[in-house]
Amino acid sequence: MAANKKTQFDPVQTLQEVEEKFEMLQILNEKGEIVNEDLMPDLTDEELVELMERMVYVRVLDQRSISLNRQGRLGFYAPTAGQEASQLASHFATTKEDFILPGYRDVPQIVFHGLPLHQAFLWSRGHYLGSDLPEDLNIFIPQIIIGAQYIQAAGVAMGYQKSGKEAIALTYTGDGGTSQGDFYEGINFAGAFNLPAVFIVQNNQFAISTPRELQTRGKTLAQKGIAAGIPSILVDGMDALAVYKVTKDARDRAIAGEGPTLIETMTYRYGPHTMAGDDPTRYRTSDTDDEWEKKDPLVRFRIFLEGKGLWTEEKENEVIERAKEDVKEAIKKADAAPKQKVTDFLEIMYKGEMPYNVKEQYDIYKAKESK
Amino acid sequence: MAQMTMIQAITDAMRVELKKDEKVLVFGEDVGVNGGVFRATEGLQKEFGESRVFDTPLAESGIGGLAVGLSMTGYRPVMEIQFFGFLFEVIDSVSGQLARQSFRTAGKLNAPVTIRSPFGGGVATPEMHADSLEGIVASQPGLTVVIPSSPYDAKGLLISAIRDENPVIFLEHMKLYRSFREEVPEEEYTIPLGKAAVKREGTDLSIITYGAMVHESLKAAEELEKEGHSVEVIDLRTVQPLDIETIIASVEKTNRAIVVQEAQKQAGIAANVVAEITERAILHLEAPVLRVTAPDTIYPFAQGERAWLPDANDIKETALNVLTF
Repeated sequence: MAANKKTQFDPVQTLQEVEEKFEMLQILNEKGEIVNEDLMPDLTDEELVELMERMVYVRVLDQRSISLNRQGRLGFYAPTAGQEASQLASHFATTKEDFILPGYRDVPQIVFHGLPLHQAFLWSRGHYLGSDLPEDLNIFIPQIIIGAQYIQAAGVAMGYQKSGKEAIALTYTGDGGTSQGDFYEGINFAGAFNLPAVFIVQNNQFAISTPRELQTRGKTLAQKGIAAGIPSILVDGMDALAVYKVTKDARDRAIAGEGPTLIETMTYRYGPHTMAGDDPTRYRTSDTDDEWEKKDPLVRFRIFLEGKGLWTEEKENEVIERAKEDVKEAIKKADAAPKQKVTDFLEIMYKGEMPYNVKEQYDIYKAKESK
Repeated sequence: MAQMTMIQAITDAMRVELKKDEKVLVFGEDVGVNGGVFRATEGLQKEFGESRVFDTPLAESGIGGLAVGLSMTGYRPVMEIQFFGFLFEVIDSVSGQLARQSFRTAGKLNAPVTIRSPFGGGVATPEMHADSLEGIVASQPGLTVVIPSSPYDAKGLLISAIRDENPVIFLEHMKLYRSFREEVPEEEYTIPLGKAAVKREGTDLSIITYGAMVHESLKAAEELEKEGHSVEVIDLRTVQPLDIETIIASVEKTNRAIVVQEAQKQAGIAANVVAEITERAILHLEAPVLRVTAPDTIYPFAQGERAWLPDANDIKETALNVLTF
């Protein structure tokens, strides 16, 4: 070992120096106190309240979705509780012009971008009308192939850059997703073409049962941005103000033509990976759960807003009731969707004329369906 | 009219479309200033600028992602995969994403993307350049797969592919790039996708084929003619979807058929053609439909190509087996 010998060349030290630079940015601590006044984002009282409303709404949406899934009234569902700040405060920094490319857990963002709730439920059930995207809604449906949304985000951002649109592509993946090739290719392409894209890694500590430490030896996931030569930052993903601030800054840089940013949000999912039989007690301890529950993004933001006289229990209950009411209505609407037919599937395969095989099968199924 | 090689006709088609539609973008590895490793995009960046014709980082998957994202924002990407053997790096974007884009958005976000890629043997390329992988993409619902065999077809089919609202895989056989010239109109014209061409008329046997095997089949047909057999040669031009009408009309006339492909027997699309004929015209058949294919090994080491690739002799032999069945 040449440990004692001082050389000009010390890759170990270089790595340590780089990793130490990625400190976690926080504005609001667990007690709801502002710990970084200088970085306070420029949000009006109304906007602060709106952000809290969205987070509460989505917590309720998550509870109701889990219960509806257990009743068999929803299908595929990936719980979101714990990630409200990470998901909604980042989305809060966008405009309608921005294009969202969500992962499968990122349904709340596209709902607040404009996807009707009953369509989100139809998507969960597996009905094509769930992804019958409304006109002028700049989203793609939740991506099941982990990493694909990253390379596609580069493409969307390039489209916006070419058409001179003042908007960004915003995409999300998890901690496990950073191990994919498409994760790297996506951020690298966006860097090479200086594209207006914001890449968010929601590090919720586990990829199903695999802990984040097993994904990479890197001390942070944010540092992976260095490989693409793009700015990157680690942020407290349970802190709505910090998540909003870094996303807004990244968006501003992108719009100003300064290229993409990678953001790692340090967060946690309280629930299972999905509702398809995953049991987190097999791989997580209740101690860890308790530790993260103390960091709950709703708790600290609630204290913060109450301190400013902007939030009351009454207000919170109103949001809870509204969310429950909306869920009820949306489920009713989803129930009313027509049963899917094979001819529906054949019709949406191609734009324009059907190829011969599809046409031939269309006629066969049309005849069967009219019996 | 001008005498063009297939590669010139391909460049010409892209020029026509870049000029006609400002949403058309051409990109890939070394397609810009270099004009492509085969000169397929020669002069296009100079004529249309770096924002229309551009190079990318060396990552096929990322190129596929660019095409997907650009199509979501209203562009009409013409992306190049340098050699189709590199398809495996980008198979998710091709089969997992582009092919499904219209379906998974209930028809709202179609993907008007053309994927150009060279393939094909006989020119002693290194590993994973020449493999015939059209069977893989032909089996993916949502994709159209086009394989021209002549300069005239290449131009008309590529213009149609670029204008198509759905993803089209356009495979260019390397051996045919410069092997001969043909009269190609300088103005724009289209050839419908999904339509075969009868390259030679005959009454005793139908040879159904595509790509470089069209030329081997024509050679074989000529030899068979000398021996008194009248052979019809059908160039599929689009291998998915198949032109059932043309195939079946020919078989109903000749009552005998063989299907010829360069791909291995377990690959390619010959089995599909046989199945369609069996389902639709079995009562017209005087003999089973036989296939001429490569053996079921990995694509050969360059010096073994000659022994391995199917050629006119193999076609003639199989044709005679069917003719004398």
